[in-house]
Amino acid sequence: MVIYGVALLAACMLAGVFVGELLGKLLGVQANVGGVGFAMLLLVVICDALIRRGRLSPVSQQGVMFWSAVYIPIVVAMAATQNVVAAVEGGLAAFLAGSLAVAACLLLVPAISRMGRVGAGAAGGGAGEGPGEGPGKEGA
Amino acid sequence: MSILQTLGGVLAANGLVTAFAFVGLLTWLSYLASNRLTRGHVHGSAIAILAGLVLAWVGGVFTGGSKGLADIPVLAGVGILGGAMLRDLAIVATAFGVDLRVIRRAGPGAAVSLLVGVFGSFVVGAAVAYAFGYTDTESMVTIGAGAATYIVGPVTGTAIGASSDVIALSIAAGLVKSMLVMTGTPFVAKAIKLDNPHTAMVFGGLMGTTSGVAGGLAATDPKLVPYGAMTATFYTGLGCLLGPSVFYFAVRAVFG
Repeated sequence: MVIYGVALLAACMLAGVFVGELLGKLLGVQANVGGVGFAMLLLVVICDALIRRGRLSPVSQQGVMFWSAVYIPIVVAMAATQNVVAAVEGGLAAFLAGSLAVAACLLLVPAISRMGRVGAGAAGGGAGEGPGEGPGKEGA
Repeated sequence: MSILQTLGGVLAANGLVTAFAFVGLLTWLSYLASNRLTRGHVHGSAIAILAGLVLAWVGGVFTGGSKGLADIPVLAGVGILGGAMLRDLAIVATAFGVDLRVIRRAGPGAAVSLLVGVFGSFVVGAAVAYAFGYTDTESMVTIGAGAATYIVGPVTGTAIGASSDVIALSIAAGLVKSMLVMTGTPFVAKAIKLDNPHTAMVFGGLMGTTSGVAGGLAATDPKLVPYGAMTATFYTGLGCLLGPSVFYFAVRAVFG
């Protein structure tokens, strides 16, 4: 049933956010540390195990896939509720602080992306193009 | 008049349902514009996100509030649909079907990208603050933290006792960053080879703003969203951890 998928998704999110919240408290930070990330890992692992044992029917999976599919509309709604006026009123200092930080980090994407691959020992032959999959097969 | 009032009442009373219809309409118009005006060169979702931001600005100017369109009573439901709860639920859902091997292999690179991303933003933000005359330690650290994300800024500023106008500035810097990442990512994706899960994870760690990364990757290639979001979700926590501590002490040691 569809609700099983939705419930599984909801449970994973709550568990992940709970862990993130606890981790934040533990570190003495007023923020959730990686809650959504933990929830994602939990969902991947549990779904993988359930599907392999045939315990998550395609109909149940639709309960997760629906929320994955409405992700972009939700992001559009999120954009439509941002405090754009405050960002514009921040003036030049805010604009430069934000945009230069973006520019600096963007420039580092290719370098760190390459570094990560070498560090993980991915086969060098994969060259830029091969997305994850290629080296994975070689590794196995 | 009373018909309009009745309609407004129905829309306001069914906020979330109104939001579904409204966002659907906005998305449809955006894809129409993408096909007709740009011949598909600019992705429909990128246009929809940009349109959302413009409407948020209009809403903010119109109502004087801070929640964009959601401050208009009839469209308050957009705030529920685009709020943190459903956003996080949908982000988690995108993880369905991701390749665990990719995540495991990208782990070290993603961790490096998080640290470099947080400290890079701190330093750039603090340098800009210094250039604009905010030369005291608290202001530099707070604006630097704001350049990380608009949550790290106020959390750090509050912790170290920065003034409220500096905290507001740090939030603005974070908002600028988030919006720029949201709208700019599709345009730079090719140049930085952002076309695979591995790079998406590094990208998420370097940029950090969950809303920006989520929106930017959605407009670039929805398949990359879970990978970028996965690392970005650790960024704000890490920033809140390092901002008022390591970064504050470092700046104080150099300038204090």
